[in-house]
Amino acid sequence: MTATTGTLTAVDTRTGVAGPPRRGLQARRRRRLQAFRGVVLVVLGLFFLLPLGAMFEFSTRGVGEGAPRTMEAWKRIVTDQELNPAIIASLELAVITSVVALVLMVPTMVWVRLRVPRLSRVVEFLCLLPLTVPAIVLVVGLGPIYRWLDGHIGGSILTLFFAYVVLVLPFVYRTLDTGLSAIDVRTLSEAARSLGSSWPTVMLRVIVPNMVAAVLNAALLCVAIVMGEFTIANLLQYVNLQVAILQLGQADASLSIATSLASLIFAFLLLLILSFAGRRTRRTGKDPSPASGSTPSAPADGAQDPVSAPVLTPIVEEI
Amino acid sequence: MPFLAYVGIFLLLPTLLVAYEAFFDAAGNFTFANFDELRQDTIVHSFISSIVLSLESAVVGSLLGGVLTYVVATGSPDGLLRRTVTAASGVLAQFGGVTLAFAFLATIGPQGFITKLIIDAYGTDISGGWLYEPLSGLVLVYSYFQIPLMVLVFLPAMDGLRPQWREAAESLGGTTWHYWRHVALPLLTPAFLGAFLLLFASGFSAYATAAALVSQGQPLVPLQIANTFSSEVILGRENVGKAMALGMIVIVAIVMTLNALLQRRASRWLR
Repeated sequence: MTATTGTLTAVDTRTGVAGPPRRGLQARRRRRLQAFRGVVLVVLGLFFLLPLGAMFEFSTRGVGEGAPRTMEAWKRIVTDQELNPAIIASLELAVITSVVALVLMVPTMVWVRLRVPRLSRVVEFLCLLPLTVPAIVLVVGLGPIYRWLDGHIGGSILTLFFAYVVLVLPFVYRTLDTGLSAIDVRTLSEAARSLGSSWPTVMLRVIVPNMVAAVLNAALLCVAIVMGEFTIANLLQYVNLQVAILQLGQADASLSIATSLASLIFAFLLLLILSFAGRRTRRTGKDPSPASGSTPSAPADGAQDPVSAPVLTPIVEEI
Repeated sequence: MPFLAYVGIFLLLPTLLVAYEAFFDAAGNFTFANFDELRQDTIVHSFISSIVLSLESAVVGSLLGGVLTYVVATGSPDGLLRRTVTAASGVLAQFGGVTLAFAFLATIGPQGFITKLIIDAYGTDISGGWLYEPLSGLVLVYSYFQIPLMVLVFLPAMDGLRPQWREAAESLGGTTWHYWRHVALPLLTPAFLGAFLLLFASGFSAYATAAALVSQGQPLVPLQIANTFSSEVILGRENVGKAMALGMIVIVAIVMTLNALLQRRASRWLR
């Protein structure tokens, strides 16, 4: 009891004396916070930027002692005979994977939302499952399936997209789920249907245009993930970008390191674009959400933090 | 439904194949022999190294990543810092792999930038075998994707801390210490532990970085599995790989289940 009174008095005195001490306290706290943030950012910034700087330094070294700096390795990224097919294959895989993943997932998720909501937990579980099965494990099981595919439709590197669609499922699911929660799918599709449009028209001309940002996010994430994929390609003995980087490492370290840095920067820019696309989701996402109302918490979550939402789920098995 | 067919063929079927064939020998007879093989010294050691490496890198990642998350969360929500850090984290946590390994070779490899600086200054060569040892160098390399992963996973929880709670603590006379001890830490603990488990699973499953850096021996489980997968010369070893893969699934599944439970606990206050 005395303790309580004591605390209360302390508070009373402080608020009683009004502004100055309290403002002083907050100002001091803010100064300390700023100092702390500065220190952390400088230390961790150095920790992360140092290897990147070192990569640039390494890749611009001239041949021999005292040779001048050269961008020669960087120029060879686009001209090298071994690297080129791998870069092209990875880019093609990125495009195919995003398209297939979206074509597979958008209708499925809309369908589940409208017709069979009781399946939504199953679909969610299946989509998030790849996070629990490490890529190295998945590839062991994919081995026989790919041997069968080789026999039937040929062993092109582009068949890797079958596996990559599975890898990107969790990310595509989360992103599209956020996008779908922000619009009122039911009203939109019923309105379109009653005006006589077919299901494909509803999908392509009503639903998708209303969630462009989410679709774009999902596609960009697919590209980033596919461009960085190594495990599955390597074990199934296909040479994609990452496998090529590793193989070149023995013979031509400068080129390998230049390509590594270039691909890191490429992925960074993709995700930075994505964070701006996410901001647009928030603006457009705000209007319809009060109207839909059915699940108030879900759209709020997605709309509040679109920047981190798409990249939020870690790809457990990737690295 | 095309979705179910697709997921069935390319996700469920491979996973079940792994689980199923782990119980058969090369000739197709039912057996537990593949699991007996797991008791070999090299395999036991690889499991232990993998677990210790994942634990150590998860500890480093969650602590440093937690601090970085706090710094990001206290900044402007639309600011450049936050955008840059989340985008960079996305790249390093998800894209990393081989490129990270090369980043390290360029820095502290035999011809690395720092290696050369130190040789010039002190005459000692720091690029020894330590970089390739699972329990020293690899922890350092792994922390380059574990710290960013922590930022991605932990940021929503940090954002969930409302400034009103701090104000409430202050208006009741609480100091910064009181606030952290009695409000913020208890609220963040489940989310933090969940993130820690996720980092553990990520380190445990990681293959690319180790594959690119470790050239001799197979000190980690993923490397062991890859070895049995690619060397079909030794008959029947492929199914030992499946037994190891099943072991990995079990460990990751346990970790992810705990994580899901903690997430549920965490979402009670932080939403």
